[in-house]
Amino acid sequence: MGEPANPDLTAVQPPASAPTPAAERADLRPENIQDAVIRLAGNSQDGIQSAGAFLARLAGRSDQDVMTYMTIPATISGGPSLFQVRIGTGEVLSSGDEADFLVAFYQHSYQDNIDFLKEGGVLLYDSDNVEPNLDDKRFVYVGVPITGLTVEALGGTAKDKGKNIFVLGLIAKIFNLDVEKLKKVITEKFAGKDVSIVNTAMMAFQAGYAFPVGKVLTHRYQFEHIPKTGGRAQITMDGNQAIAYGLIAGGVRYGAGYPITPWSSIMEILRSEFPKYGGIFVQAEDELGAVSLALGFSYSGYLAVTGSAGPGISLKSEAIGWASMAEIPIIVCNIQRGGPSTGLPTNVEQSDLHQAIFGSHGDSPRVVLAASTVEDCFYIAIEAARIARKYSTPVLILSDTSLATRIEAFDEPDLSKLMVDPKPDLTPREGGFKPYDLDRITQHVPPGTRMLDGKYPLVTGLEHDEHGHPTGSPKLHMAMTAKRRKKLQKLAEEIPVPEVYGDQKGDTLLVGWGSTYGPIHDAAKMAREHGEKIGALHLRHIHPLPNGLEKIFAKFKRIVVVEMNDQGVYGFGQLATILRARFCEPKIESVTKTDGLTFRVREILQGVFPGKFVSARGYSPNRSVSSNGEQDIGLARAESISQGVG
Amino acid sequence: MSSEDRGQKTENRFSNMSETTIPTGTVEAGVSPAIPPREKLTKKAVTADHPTWCPGCGDFAVLASFYKVLEKRQLDHEKIVTLAGIGCSSRFPYFVNGHGAHFIHGRAVPLASGISLARPDLHVFLFGGDGDGFSIGGNHLDHGARKNINMTYFIMDNFVYGLTKKQTSPTSPIGFKSKTDPTGAIDQPVNPMKKLIAGGATFIARTHAANVVHMMQLIERAMDHQGFSVIECLSECVEFFPDVFDPANPKKGGSFELIQEKKWDNTPEDELRHDVTDELAAYKLAQLPFPGVFGVFYQSDRPTKNALEKKWIESSREKTGNASDLQLLQKTFDRMK
Repeated sequence: MGEPANPDLTAVQPPASAPTPAAERADLRPENIQDAVIRLAGNSQDGIQSAGAFLARLAGRSDQDVMTYMTIPATISGGPSLFQVRIGTGEVLSSGDEADFLVAFYQHSYQDNIDFLKEGGVLLYDSDNVEPNLDDKRFVYVGVPITGLTVEALGGTAKDKGKNIFVLGLIAKIFNLDVEKLKKVITEKFAGKDVSIVNTAMMAFQAGYAFPVGKVLTHRYQFEHIPKTGGRAQITMDGNQAIAYGLIAGGVRYGAGYPITPWSSIMEILRSEFPKYGGIFVQAEDELGAVSLALGFSYSGYLAVTGSAGPGISLKSEAIGWASMAEIPIIVCNIQRGGPSTGLPTNVEQSDLHQAIFGSHGDSPRVVLAASTVEDCFYIAIEAARIARKYSTPVLILSDTSLATRIEAFDEPDLSKLMVDPKPDLTPREGGFKPYDLDRITQHVPPGTRMLDGKYPLVTGLEHDEHGHPTGSPKLHMAMTAKRRKKLQKLAEEIPVPEVYGDQKGDTLLVGWGSTYGPIHDAAKMAREHGEKIGALHLRHIHPLPNGLEKIFAKFKRIVVVEMNDQGVYGFGQLATILRARFCEPKIESVTKTDGLTFRVREILQGVFPGKFVSARGYSPNRSVSSNGEQDIGLARAESISQGVG
Repeated sequence: MSSEDRGQKTENRFSNMSETTIPTGTVEAGVSPAIPPREKLTKKAVTADHPTWCPGCGDFAVLASFYKVLEKRQLDHEKIVTLAGIGCSSRFPYFVNGHGAHFIHGRAVPLASGISLARPDLHVFLFGGDGDGFSIGGNHLDHGARKNINMTYFIMDNFVYGLTKKQTSPTSPIGFKSKTDPTGAIDQPVNPMKKLIAGGATFIARTHAANVVHMMQLIERAMDHQGFSVIECLSECVEFFPDVFDPANPKKGGSFELIQEKKWDNTPEDELRHDVTDELAAYKLAQLPFPGVFGVFYQSDRPTKNALEKKWIESSREKTGNASDLQLLQKTFDRMK
């Protein structure tokens, strides 16, 4: 939220309650704001995701930075659900610890989320369903009979469907949003559907927009408009979309998968998109079939993709080992969720890192990349395709529930420079070709390629000599194991060393990977504002690690690895364990958590600076933190959102 | 290459495979003298390592039949692909000089499916045993059959796990004494013909490794069939289950009973012959007690997944106005603005 508070806003209590004198309310909303966190809380069938997505897209079109956060219940239909949109005119790195504006559709939405509302924040609630505790003077209360008015506006036939759009109208009025642009976003969404659906949506929107909020809120807000100069157009999408379209840009045209949350939407997109590009995505009978189909596509000459969440990756791991042994390229996406086993199907966790790096029997080197933002999901898919082709090896992309479901706006990529030609190389090979030449990085020859000496190669999962013949020779097994490992060592030489954010040397270096990019950088930013000498380093290439990290580590007194997994038996999270093994560096520490929720900025600060850092924005010292796995049960309970069984 | 070129080539992938394949030697000879003209495909050209099978193994005869078919049909050498999972018979690709892959246990059907779907110019041959096909790979067999993916799958059924030295297999008869059933197998064996009919395979046949001519005929018919073609071949394991297929081997005093297929000649004797398109009749043949009958049980011209996906690609491409890859993706991003 924009820092300067302008206390001339006066909000009026709903008629049922006694008016609260303006003097009693702390930290009233400014009219002119740079940044707002809006949280919509309801049930999964209420369409709050679409309402939130409309806001996100509108923000993207208005040159604003935007980041969203959502939880989905694992139940088939129903169950609490929330969508949080953070819109800012500056740099938005995380989806925000606390909401400035909370919309509660039900009593449970109010109860579960009121603790996430900032002091002085606005609670907009459906007065038909919610009875807030008006004695709690920390908040501004705006009650609107959302259900009743929606039914009234739509003629009563639609029950309460359309509440989400009604609320969108209210929000548009309160935040003075560009109504024409927003209507266009809504209309586009329903394009191709029955015209009556668009009309109904518009009626609900108008009803919400026309609601006299002036009676309950005397002032409205306005996002400062800071036009981006020289920037490209903004693209708004979620992380799974970004991976899917990144794969297409990277020249991937074939793939196979099996449905699992939160991977499914990637396969849904690819199933309809690939045919437009002349390719095929197959829904396989199971995870083992999916990875095998993808390997068939790749062997045939078209680099292919498969993916899943942790449980499915476990099933694929034998075939991934084959790809490592036979040296066949393949991209495997793991959209991580909470584990082990079925675990937390709709929550976020980063606990599959070791599985990604080591998850097959035998020494089976593979490349592991992790996307840090939605934008990075797009570019990392292209990078995965490049590496898979060049090194003819499996490449795993790690994403997670948070990235998969989060919508962000980012600069439009220059596709003309990024598109990769998918065509296989079937030019005839000269005589003397060795499919597993020990002296070089080898790529397999796709079938259909003429071998001019008449000797055709076989790819195999048995240990083999340079010609692909099975062998039990101790010497050859040593040489071939080294050959496969050396590809990754070669790759490590070409990976750029990531830039350090914030201080380039000092007391503390935060190290992260994956979707924690935003909160970790926000934490570093906030700590610096409070005088800490702190930097942040985010790793995209995790296996192999880029060369030269030791030079960065040498410039800091502490290296604190922040990640969403367990501290393990020896007290270190999964990346911290790898880094300690790699660098034998005792100053590497670990901050972890396993509550299935994304990191909040203050959780990171409290974990990194235990008991020291208490003055951050919206920071209430009486709230406990989780640090290095020492979870506070009270916090975990307060933050958990009830889940079904998936 | 310009993006337009790329789009064009993608579109042509299925309509004109010469785009991604290599022209014949004669055409090429005029363009690039470095590429020698194609030679006749001989048994010698397709022979690779000497098989590691035990002397007397039925699989030798299967390999010999396959060589003969390749020689007879004169396929383009580079378009022959042999694939296998794990097992004695799954060593097959090592003994054929051709492109190929030795994959993991039970998953060769989906591997072959990927190759078949992406590369309709190739001849996809898959070899394996009863454990690989009916046990660990049983689910893939059902779904390959259901989806009717174009390939030729030759299953060498020896009723026993040979590579791991005599454990009960999914086709071991009740009472068979193995290392895992020392007092005799108790589980009902899989009936491969029934499984394949129920699964939806569109070419289902059965043969015996002692009859090379019959094997060759069936391999050719399976190759020519558009769809998921499976041949079950009784192939004796001389080491761990000797003589089990003698009842169907005339040389060992048995009788090799052929399925008489309908000739549709309106003769009274044709009434008694088998209609290969009749699923229930095929199922009745599959019910016959061991050693049963041999030949084609069932054949259907149900469209292949290959054809259906191709059709979808063509209609999708048409809807995009045959836009280039770049134009297509750009359009998608324009919608995300």
